[in-house]
Amino acid sequence: MSQSTMTNTQAQSASPEKTAEEGLTRAVSRQKGESVGRNRFLLSIYLVFTLLPIYWLINMSLKSNREILSVFSLWPQALTFDSYIKILTDPSWYMGYVNSLTYVAMNMTISILVALPAAYAFSRFKFIGDKHLFFWLLTNLMAPPAVFLLPYFQLYYTVGLFDTHIAVALAHCLFNIPLAVWILEGFMSSVPKEVDETAYIDGYSFPAFFIKIFIPMIRSGIGVTLFFLFMFSWVELLLARTLTATNAQPIGAIMTRTSTASGVDWSTLAAAGVLTIVPGILVVYFVRNHIAKGFALGRT
Amino acid sequence: MAEIRLRSLAHTYETDPQSPQDYAIREMEHVWHQGGAYALLGPSGCGKSTMLNIISGLLRPSDGDVIFDSRIVNDLSPQERNIAQVFQFPVIYDTMTVFDNLAFPLRNVKKPEHMVMPRVHEVADILELTHLLKRKAKNLTADEKQKVSMGRGLVRDDVSAILFDEPLTVIDPQLKWKLRRKLKQIHEQFNITMIYVTHDQLEASTFAEKIAVMYEGQIVQFGTPRELFEKPAHTFVGFFIGSPGMNFLDVEATEQGMQFGDITIPVSQKRLKVAREATSDNLKLGIRPEFIHVWDDRNSEAFEVTVKDMEDLGTYRIMTFWFGDALMKARLHEDQRIPQKKAWISFPEQWLNVYIDEFRVEVDDE
Amino acid sequence: MNKVENNKAWFLVLPMLLLVAFSAIIPLMTVVNYSVQDILGRSAFFVGSEWFVQTLNDSRLQSALMRQFAFSFTILAIQVPLGIAIALLMPKKGWQASAVLILITLPLLVPWNVVGSMWQIFTRGDIGLMGYGIRQLGYPYNITRNASDAWITIIIMDVWHWTPLIALLCYSGLRAIPEAYYQAAQIDRASKWAVFRYIQLPKLTNVLVIGVLLRFMHSFMIYAEPFVLTGGGPGSSTTFLSQTLATMAIGQQDLGPSAAFSIIYFLIILAVSYVFYVTIMNMQKDKADNISGGA
Repeated sequence: MSQSTMTNTQAQSASPEKTAEEGLTRAVSRQKGESVGRNRFLLSIYLVFTLLPIYWLINMSLKSNREILSVFSLWPQALTFDSYIKILTDPSWYMGYVNSLTYVAMNMTISILVALPAAYAFSRFKFIGDKHLFFWLLTNLMAPPAVFLLPYFQLYYTVGLFDTHIAVALAHCLFNIPLAVWILEGFMSSVPKEVDETAYIDGYSFPAFFIKIFIPMIRSGIGVTLFFLFMFSWVELLLARTLTATNAQPIGAIMTRTSTASGVDWSTLAAAGVLTIVPGILVVYFVRNHIAKGFALGRT
Repeated sequence: MAEIRLRSLAHTYETDPQSPQDYAIREMEHVWHQGGAYALLGPSGCGKSTMLNIISGLLRPSDGDVIFDSRIVNDLSPQERNIAQVFQFPVIYDTMTVFDNLAFPLRNVKKPEHMVMPRVHEVADILELTHLLKRKAKNLTADEKQKVSMGRGLVRDDVSAILFDEPLTVIDPQLKWKLRRKLKQIHEQFNITMIYVTHDQLEASTFAEKIAVMYEGQIVQFGTPRELFEKPAHTFVGFFIGSPGMNFLDVEATEQGMQFGDITIPVSQKRLKVAREATSDNLKLGIRPEFIHVWDDRNSEAFEVTVKDMEDLGTYRIMTFWFGDALMKARLHEDQRIPQKKAWISFPEQWLNVYIDEFRVEVDDE
Repeated sequence: MNKVENNKAWFLVLPMLLLVAFSAIIPLMTVVNYSVQDILGRSAFFVGSEWFVQTLNDSRLQSALMRQFAFSFTILAIQVPLGIAIALLMPKKGWQASAVLILITLPLLVPWNVVGSMWQIFTRGDIGLMGYGIRQLGYPYNITRNASDAWITIIIMDVWHWTPLIALLCYSGLRAIPEAYYQAAQIDRASKWAVFRYIQLPKLTNVLVIGVLLRFMHSFMIYAEPFVLTGGGPGSSTTFLSQTLATMAIGQQDLGPSAAFSIIYFLIILAVSYVFYVTIMNMQKDKADNISGGA
């Protein structure tokens, strides 16, 4: 579309008068160019809307509590990194991040490993109960964690997994595995079945084919899936908080301690919040090209 | 309806082109006359599609002008150039019916519905799509989809030209032939300029009155199928047109004639003169397998050559033989005597072509 | 695609099935169990449908449900068009595309309770940019006192939080449209609206169905953000279903009624989602017909 704007600007610079030789006229485009300027402006407004609350959080994290409560200012008057230093040097704080990342990584690994073969089965085969099974899977996406808190607590307590990373990782499988199967199934269905057949004719066994040929073909799909797995496991707190006490406590739960009887430690709360965004930025940075490459989810 | 002229046209996809190789289209002049049926022939990657997209306005040339009659249209979008283009792979609007697909280009310019209706039916009739008009376009076969794509191009009766970018790639051979004839009929009926891009010489010569052969971003020859065959202006045309292609010998020009190893091949003085004056030492002789004279017996004019291979192709035979250290091919009629081991051949002067730097030497006695 | 009939495929599904079942079925059984019993200390009585009857007549839950529907439809009505619009506005390639993509995605990657905290800080009248700013303009903005302030703030927060999901899905869907479609449309002299209506929108249907489904389900589960931001208040104006249920189950130990209502709630989502699911399956069936027709 940039092409037509180029057309437009050039049209304005070139005068419509007759070119000297041969009585040729230069036709002038009357078409309105794609208003890139307007588009950029509208997008900028939205980006400001997206970034303002985050900016404010960063602003708060770089102020001392005294400054926060005494003067209202758009940027820190007395810049301080105390809150960050406190979080990054105190194990009772930073272990929260380690715990969260640990169970998220576990959940991503488990989810993708079991979802890959399952999604393959759904995309390639018809089997007894396949449609019901798929729908049942989707219903798990809808299970409201708030409702299941108590049963979960009882279940994991009974099997002795309470306050372990794996407990949270398994609990998050409830919604992450169905999601992974759903997304991967779409990507797999867009790979023609002839690919499978050719590989079998070439003498590949199923595992060899699956790992050496099929998985590389849906790399983008796996990237996108991992992004969503990370996202939903990282942001969930209700289950994570309920299933842990001290050893595997997520950062989100630790943050609640900034709220005490004597008031809220705004600065530390803001700094801890800012730090929770960082891993997400890294993940989206790695998958940005897979997303930009485009996926239509499902058969198109 | 318009004459389409390309003036000093060149195009590159690079931002900072260094050498001619960086250009998808090298500087050229060309005219497509109003009402002609043309083919643009060439191997893949030679710049055919680029040229088509420049004509239609999907691409803006990096240098030169595209001129419709007397208007320079570089600044106009495809919409304003009023040109139709059919792509290699079918593009259809899934959610619409076949009728709505065909009517789409007309409705976009707010043509009154009472004019849309008969026109769509007319085109659907030509393309044999009438029974599908009410169907959703997304449920069609690939053939039918491509016909709908073509129909959207043909439905507009006021276009400057219709461009076809290898439109029959996805169509099965039998239907291909039928559709090509349809296109020719439509051309005769409406007298619209048509440019048909293909890499298939048969397709080009059955469709077009004149063929432009493209090679490495240049039109190396523009002529009738017969001209391309008899007087290829460039070694590439000799090689690409005809089956098998033209024989080429790397030669040197001497006083006696063209020297190939220790064999001297006589050519006319005029041509020899041009060849000897040329600064380049890239000198070639070319002759079509069809035009090599194969004698039944030893003969004073004929060279004796060693037969390597004989291929029977039904109505004719292709003989492969060693000429000096070069392998050449000659075509034999089916009733001609088949040479064993040795053969006697000669190169009739009028069918010999001389190439300097790959371009044919044109002399005025022709 | 014609799928092969092969029941051995169950072996591929089995590991996944066991894991999900462990997390899904056992807790669900527990909930069902609660819903039909009266648990007092260590003893439990079977009460049948009593909790269900009581729940359906509970005005607190009824109003929470109404608020929930109002909330879900409001945010969908805003987020879907806005998300599509943003996807259309986003740059298509180059470093700007990457940069905008990353910035747009940020809200999705913030833990839900942090979203609440962030907006709490942002909207407070004393230290928050938005709260302070609005008060400076002369409106006595207060989300702890004024119910409509709280309600609107939660809507804005949710739009901030979740519009990126729709935008991201649509952006990806748009990138998957081959250039040839746009070229053909240019040749056919289609207007920008026609391009959107007949090329872009149809190609976005799949991602939109998924996006809307995910958003609907998540909006029903919304818990952490309003809990942190408004605590469900003022009064119960921003107390949505999950919070009502969690309060009943954990806070008041009303296990029976809350379990019963959980099941009713679950059935509601199930019904709506089933409609979506059937839609998707029909769309895919259409496509499958298309493919076999093309062969």
